[in-house]
Amino acid sequence: MSTYAQKKGFGATVWDYLTTVDHKKIAILYLIAGGLFFVLGGLEAMFIRIQLAVPNNDFVSAGLYNEILTMHGTTMIFLAAMPLLFAFMNAIMPLQIGARDVAFPFVNALGFWLFFFGGIFLNLSWFLGGAPDAGWTSYASLSMASEGHGIDFYALGLQISGAGTLMGGINFLVTIINMRAPGMTYMRMPLFTWSTFVASALILFAFPPLTVGLFLLIFDRMFGSNFFDVANGGNTVIWEHLFWIFGHPEVYILVLPAFGIFSEIFATFSRKRLFGYSSMVFATVLIGFLGFMVWAHHMFTTGLGPIANAIFAVATMAIAVPTGIKIFNWLFTMWGGSIKFTTPMLYAVAFIPSFVGGGVTGVMLASAAADYQYHDSYFVVAHFHYVIVGGVVFGLLAATHFYWPKMFGTMLNETLGKITFWLFLIGFHLTFFIQHFLGLMGMPRRIFTFLPNQGLDAGNLISTVGAFFMAIATLILLYNIVVTSVKNEKVGNDPWEDGRTLEWAIPSPPPFYNFKQLPLVRGLDPLWIEKMEGKKTMTPAEPLGDIHMPNNSFTPFMISLGLFVAAFGALYREDYHWGVMVLIAGLGITLLSMFVRSVKDDHGFHIHKEDLLNDDDKGGKA
Amino acid sequence: MASEQTHSGNPKVDIEYRKKKSAEEMRYQIVSFSMMIFLTLVAFIAVGYGDFSAWFIVPFILLLAIVQVVFQLYYFMHMSHKGHEAPALFLYSGLLVGLITILTFMTIIWW
Ligand code: HEM
Ligand SMILES: [Cu+2]
Repeated sequence: MSTYAQKKGFGATVWDYLTTVDHKKIAILYLIAGGLFFVLGGLEAMFIRIQLAVPNNDFVSAGLYNEILTMHGTTMIFLAAMPLLFAFMNAIMPLQIGARDVAFPFVNALGFWLFFFGGIFLNLSWFLGGAPDAGWTSYASLSMASEGHGIDFYALGLQISGAGTLMGGINFLVTIINMRAPGMTYMRMPLFTWSTFVASALILFAFPPLTVGLFLLIFDRMFGSNFFDVANGGNTVIWEHLFWIFGHPEVYILVLPAFGIFSEIFATFSRKRLFGYSSMVFATVLIGFLGFMVWAHHMFTTGLGPIANAIFAVATMAIAVPTGIKIFNWLFTMWGGSIKFTTPMLYAVAFIPSFVGGGVTGVMLASAAADYQYHDSYFVVAHFHYVIVGGVVFGLLAATHFYWPKMFGTMLNETLGKITFWLFLIGFHLTFFIQHFLGLMGMPRRIFTFLPNQGLDAGNLISTVGAFFMAIATLILLYNIVVTSVKNEKVGNDPWEDGRTLEWAIPSPPPFYNFKQLPLVRGLDPLWIEKMEGKKTMTPAEPLGDIHMPNNSFTPFMISLGLFVAAFGALYREDYHWGVMVLIAGLGITLLSMFVRSVKDDHGFHIHKEDLLNDDDKGGKA
Repeated sequence: MASEQTHSGNPKVDIEYRKKKSAEEMRYQIVSFSMMIFLTLVAFIAVGYGDFSAWFIVPFILLLAIVQVVFQLYYFMHMSHKGHEAPALFLYSGLLVGLITILTFMTIIWW
């Protein structure tokens, strides 16, 4: 019953995606949803830059500016960057370790729908009385004073989507620990898998503090508690700590997978084994570990005292060491390699100086005494955009080009890709380099306008011009995607021709069971090893047999929908009498769906050996 | 666990071994379970008795709680068995992160 080859109608396709538990389809869902939120966050960024293009501008009002600014940061971190990384983790990581899916396909789907509904909930605030306006950090002293429901949307929305992220992280951990193909030892795992592993561990430990902080905020704002109410003995600094215990690891949750993507790209297009593989693994783990010891560097000016500031300053600077190890390893990977400048490789090469720029300003900021000057100025804005755009967004754009053929079976146009790259690179440096100096000249962060003739006019205008370059680059990328999809020229297993890891040994896109027979891994870069011995495919590690697969399920959607409904109830509980009912009804939907899931036996199905044999055109051989 | 035996090529040996193992396992579980009930009673008595100062009761109960957690993890969740290295690693890492958090909160927020 090889039904998967049939052409499906539109409705059937939608239903398929609503119920899918296949990691490759969930990856596509993450890519689409994350891409939409990325465009939304990008639009908000453009509004910010338009408002700040000239002094005394009134494109938006001060209040609306705060909302746009807050939603830009929140959307980009939680709803764009992380889900887009999750898209590539889902699409590629199981293939890289030779698995047929993630450990818990159902939970994987649940994680996606929770993220999606949380994100939608957060953005509905625009239409329901105003978005949150206390910054993406939502410091309690501001957020407790914020009127309307904006902050409530923030707290509830992030709570829901955060639960999804936590599930995704745990799922990846279990997958990597338990589902590696025969021979795939830890020290043979590709670096993207390693960085997925460490980032997932960071998610596991970093999200609970955020959850706690958000709950305290929810209780304070919606249920009358006093955790952050100074008049009643509360303390707003607790929020800052909880937020940054989450927040600093969060920046490494974002950048480590990007490091992983670049490691794959450097090795592939230098056509050389990654230099210093084991030191790369060591550095990744060490960064993950140190990432938890440094959060108070965001709070130097809070008044922690000289001893605390000194400890956290030194710990922060220590992170520069493993990061430096990585930078040198990438450079040495290229050294003496036969380099091919494809679009992903261009991003990788440009990433190095851009990210180092952000690292250098990071160490400057980490000097606690100096930070009193930089803090809350545009210098900080420049710093984190250098690391986040120069690191994470470059990584995402590189991965989009690099892995597109594996996910969709078509190659994005290289010429358009290179145009996108150059426009984006120029736009990025134009926008953010000058902001270092704006900050040093005294322009405060999160300010909705500025006065003329204070030396800030030219810099801000240049910055806005740069933003338009990036916007145009993004539009060209979208055009590229549309053109490529319409042309629909299918490619083979290894479209870049230099693939080293397992994902390039199977068709693009892979059949839904990924590997007909699990591959035998004989070393780091397993496909490359086989290629060096003149073979085109992997040696199978098992005889051909039945494959057990999970069934699709609509329950993840329903569980998430219930929480989405319940969130409205919690939010409007004090305004309308129906609030409590909606809260209960929503939780009821969730609990009922969970109950159904628990009592209904679902054993999945088997793909039979005979069907696999007949399926030679689809390849999928190990 | 039990169902694994039926898949084994040599069920007889397996079952013998398993039976012994399970019996042993069961004994541990019962012992630790009664210990846990006993410790809980002790905790209640410590509070209910009324004559101890809070400076004794609070650390004492916390100590009992830690013992209970160890029982829970090692006897009921089988952390003592082989193949639990990864869960142990993650549990202890989580513990470390939690302790650091408490340490900083005690030192720089509340003194
Ligand atoms: C060498 C490594 C790094 C060091 C030493 C460093 C240091 C710092 C310091 C001290 C601050 C606080 C500045 C202030 O508010 O006064 C800061 C802010 C920030 N950093 Fe880094 N950083 C590093 C790498 C990164 C990376 C890799 C990312 C993200 C991928 C990142 C993202 C951020 C963000 C988002 C903020 C601003 C948070 C906010 O206030 O909204 N940093 N960094
Ligand atoms: Cu930080």
